[in-house]
Amino acid sequence: MSEVKYSKEHEWIKLDGEEATIGITKHATEMLGDIVFAELPEKGSHVDKDGTAGVVESTKAASDVYTPVSGEVIDTNQMIVDDPSKINEDPEESAWFFKLKIKDKSEMDSLMNKEEYEKFAKETSA
Amino acid sequence: MSIKKTSLNNLHIKYGAKLVEFAGYQMPIQYKDGIIQEHKYTRSHSGIFDVSHMGQLFISGGDDLTNELEKIFPADLKKLKTNQSKYSFLMNNKGGIQDDLIITKTSDGFLIILNAACKYNDYKVIKSKLDNQYKLNLDESLSLIALQGPEAKNVLNKVIPGCDSLKFMNGNNYVYKNEKVYITRSGYTGEDGFEISIKNSDAETFVESLIENGSKLIGLGARDTLRMEAGLCLYGNDLDNDTSPIEANLKWAIPKSRIETEFVGSEVLKNQFQSGVKKLRVGIKPDSKVIARGNTKIYNDKNQEIGKVTSGTFGPSVEHSIAMGYVDNSYSTVNTKIFLEVRGKKIPANICNLPFYKKNYVKGKINV
Repeated sequence: MSEVKYSKEHEWIKLDGEEATIGITKHATEMLGDIVFAELPEKGSHVDKDGTAGVVESTKAASDVYTPVSGEVIDTNQMIVDDPSKINEDPEESAWFFKLKIKDKSEMDSLMNKEEYEKFAKETSA
Repeated sequence: MSIKKTSLNNLHIKYGAKLVEFAGYQMPIQYKDGIIQEHKYTRSHSGIFDVSHMGQLFISGGDDLTNELEKIFPADLKKLKTNQSKYSFLMNNKGGIQDDLIITKTSDGFLIILNAACKYNDYKVIKSKLDNQYKLNLDESLSLIALQGPEAKNVLNKVIPGCDSLKFMNGNNYVYKNEKVYITRSGYTGEDGFEISIKNSDAETFVESLIENGSKLIGLGARDTLRMEAGLCLYGNDLDNDTSPIEANLKWAIPKSRIETEFVGSEVLKNQFQSGVKKLRVGIKPDSKVIARGNTKIYNDKNQEIGKVTSGTFGPSVEHSIAMGYVDNSYSTVNTKIFLEVRGKKIPANICNLPFYKKNYVKGKINV
């Protein structure tokens, strides 16, 4: 079973061995509204935990996308660059943002599980 | 100061609005459908906008009112027929725009529609410039509802019969539930439409009847994308105290007959008419999907800063990133290549004609 965890910046991360897939949560897309632009990190680049790793823009505003763990970017999802509305449609499955080869699995420990994140999202949006 | 609510506040909540503070009012930024759907519904059907936060200033009394107001506004008010409207400005002595507004001649004076954030200051400025024989009433017992889109005339005609005979930038009195309403054919979306001034207590039932006839409530978010596609300015973003109507490329709103006459800011304007301006408002079309929002710096191909974006978004109908802003006049020609600095990168863009969206009566085709 692969493990899904969540950050306070509203990213989700699914770990499969050393490979992590990262995207933004449904709750994040609901706060952002209609997404019209997405920018992803470059393949082969290195990203640091809690650092900026992309941008999403809605009709209203731009928001940074952070990476919840460090690693090397091994893949990015061109589908969401070509059609950013896919992020609103299916944020936690097909509209993932990027994949990392992670260095340090222990970076996952500080992240929230689904139950904790749902509680966090509810409290912070109230 | 506590936040104000319009007479439609309960209705906004009933229809699932996300409410935000705007100019001291609690206003809907969007409803359940979201900005893009709301935008498209206005362009294809019709949308209802609560613009009750805007000021409705009635001025009456005194035989010399028209002359006195011409000393303030650069509009040709003497030629204005009763119920006719003109777009104009309240300027400062430097020719900067304090507010952009619509003046309508009424049977006993003038009605001026003011921006929400400027209305109390406008009232003070106008009152101080007019002497005491005139009656000024910034009427907050009235709501203002805009109905915009190709279906607007059919929807409104079912609720208030006869209003479809109004011509663009003209108004008249009508009756709704035995009460007087004042309707003008105008708007700020690039679509045909109306603005209805109605008693606060009747506003909710009136809007419900528009909804029953096929219209939908539209939030400020879509109002912003609609006006940007239509190339229209938002006060505070694209117009301000340091920008003149000539610089804002709104020369068309200053009638030739008024250029040689005196009004607040006329010296500066006359000068700019003769010798030109240093900066000019232009349309900007980025080459890519990147959005250049307000305050984005603009560069030429030699990496010299030549201006600043004042509004930018994704245009849902033109399906492209769009922006407007001010550039050094020598770069204002259409198709001039410019660069926008977004997140540290220089994004290529072109100066383009405004508006981005032009009504095309061939169904399903849009000019970009």
